[in-house]
Amino acid sequence: MRSARQSRLSIETPEGVVFSFELATPVTRALAWAVDAAAIGLASYFVAQLCKLLNPLSADVASAAFVVSYFSISVAYAILLEWRWRGQTIGKRLFGLRVIDVHGLRLQLPQIALRNLLRLVDMLPAFYLVGGLTAVFSCGAQRLGDMAGNTVVTRERQSEAPDLERIAPAKYNSLMAQPHLAARLRSLVTPEAAALAVRAVTQRDGYDPLARIALFGELAAHFRSLVEFPEEAVESLTDEQYVRSVLRVIYGG
Amino acid sequence: MIVDIPRFVAAERPYWDELQALLDRTDAEPEHRFALAEIQRLHYLYERCSAGLARLDTFSTDPALRARLESLVSRAYTEIHETRVPRKIRWKALFAAFPRAFRRHLGAFRLSVAITLLGCAFGWFAIRMDPHSKAVLMPFEHLLNSPAERVHQEESAKTDRLNGAKATFSADLMTHNIQVTVLTLAMGMTWGAGTLILLFYNGVILGAVAADYVAAGFGTFLTGWLLPHGSIEIPAILLGGQGGFILAGALIGWGGRTSRSDRLRAVAPDLFAIVAGAAAMLVWAGMVEAFISQYHQPVVPYGLKIAFGACELVALTAFLGWAGRE
Repeated sequence: MRSARQSRLSIETPEGVVFSFELATPVTRALAWAVDAAAIGLASYFVAQLCKLLNPLSADVASAAFVVSYFSISVAYAILLEWRWRGQTIGKRLFGLRVIDVHGLRLQLPQIALRNLLRLVDMLPAFYLVGGLTAVFSCGAQRLGDMAGNTVVTRERQSEAPDLERIAPAKYNSLMAQPHLAARLRSLVTPEAAALAVRAVTQRDGYDPLARIALFGELAAHFRSLVEFPEEAVESLTDEQYVRSVLRVIYGG
Repeated sequence: MIVDIPRFVAAERPYWDELQALLDRTDAEPEHRFALAEIQRLHYLYERCSAGLARLDTFSTDPALRARLESLVSRAYTEIHETRVPRKIRWKALFAAFPRAFRRHLGAFRLSVAITLLGCAFGWFAIRMDPHSKAVLMPFEHLLNSPAERVHQEESAKTDRLNGAKATFSADLMTHNIQVTVLTLAMGMTWGAGTLILLFYNGVILGAVAADYVAAGFGTFLTGWLLPHGSIEIPAILLGGQGGFILAGALIGWGGRTSRSDRLRAVAPDLFAIVAGAAAMLVWAGMVEAFISQYHQPVVPYGLKIAFGACELVALTAFLGWAGRE
């Protein structure tokens, strides 16, 4: 059986612009829910202590208050928090997750209520087996509640701007002297290749010297194949210096 | 092609900042109504930011910059393209939304009733044909005794067996019945099969109990016992079934040309109204069951209990049938 799961949800606006969200994995969601379960447990403990204050008045009323409070907390916890915190609970905040509408629209209370009430089915027969399996095999990593509510759980964007001063110090950059070629290079380098180059530079000291030379040789050759700079701009650059200059062009402008 | 990225960013940043400030304001004040000029400005800034994102799309630019633009465009897109009601709960509207949602999906409710009645008929005939099947059909200890024995115990009781436990009993009933109702609705995600099974099973128990008591000649006791809370509790579970079939209908989408996602989106507010209404009904039913239904003649005359249950049923029918009509 092949998983139909995607790792990103892309939304195209009527203007033709595409923005995307990274979908949360079932494991991260399970961890977030474990935190939420602990939060519910903690809240219930405090409510139980409060209900005990009613004991002198009536043990029956105290017990009823606890039963109703515990039930209300377990049902309303996720609904209220996701509604008030725009798709987040304590666990989701901690793990950088957020529930969003599948079309990128604003989350509505009925959607949030449905996705949370349908946990009753997702939890069956035990340990979220139905929900977990559905999330693994559905294309938007949705459990049944997400499908009914038209929601997906995404990972919040984490901007990881590379430390330019470490990977490509702001010295004279001969590539920048050719602004049109630099712009062309910027347009041709894929984000994956740029990320690979950043990793190579940041982890350079961990490589075996020969492997490092070969790696930077390959990266430089790749970047050289995209745009040919004049000889005088690159003649004194080693492969590693060339890669660092490229990174400065991409990230530093 | 953007030749000079820093220059492009420097030129556009004030617009991005202005858009962010506007969006932050909509987050902080969800009820704020923008003036026309502000809406036009928001739209302009959204289009400008979208254009910037589209231009950056072909570049391997700083991921943080791209992430910021994507975030701004997605938030502005949400504000501009969202046409549904705002986030605030309008209790008065919800009160009217419940009967309206019920009436909009009467077919699903009728199906829910029909399956429960089918279950009732099965339970009734099973008990009449084979009285020994009681233990299988009614897995509740207090129902396994003979009706005559139970009626005698209840009517001759000198003490209140629920004394000091009524509130807890009531709370247990409320939470349990709400769970059953929500589960009946949620089971709609099994294309309605789970909802159907739960409703049928509920019907079987109801039919079996009715057959047992009626056959023993205790129909009045049964009506007096069940009607005060059952006139609200049973319809609430039927409403859960109605929700389940609405969900199943949206999932299956017979003959429709809209996508599954659009169908589910269209029924979500009605499902929410139905489940919220049913939960409120079950809170009432839980109180009635603990504080009234468990008391029998001579403490509370059966006529009074039956009249009370009938009044509730009439009030509920009137509410679901006429409330919120325009």
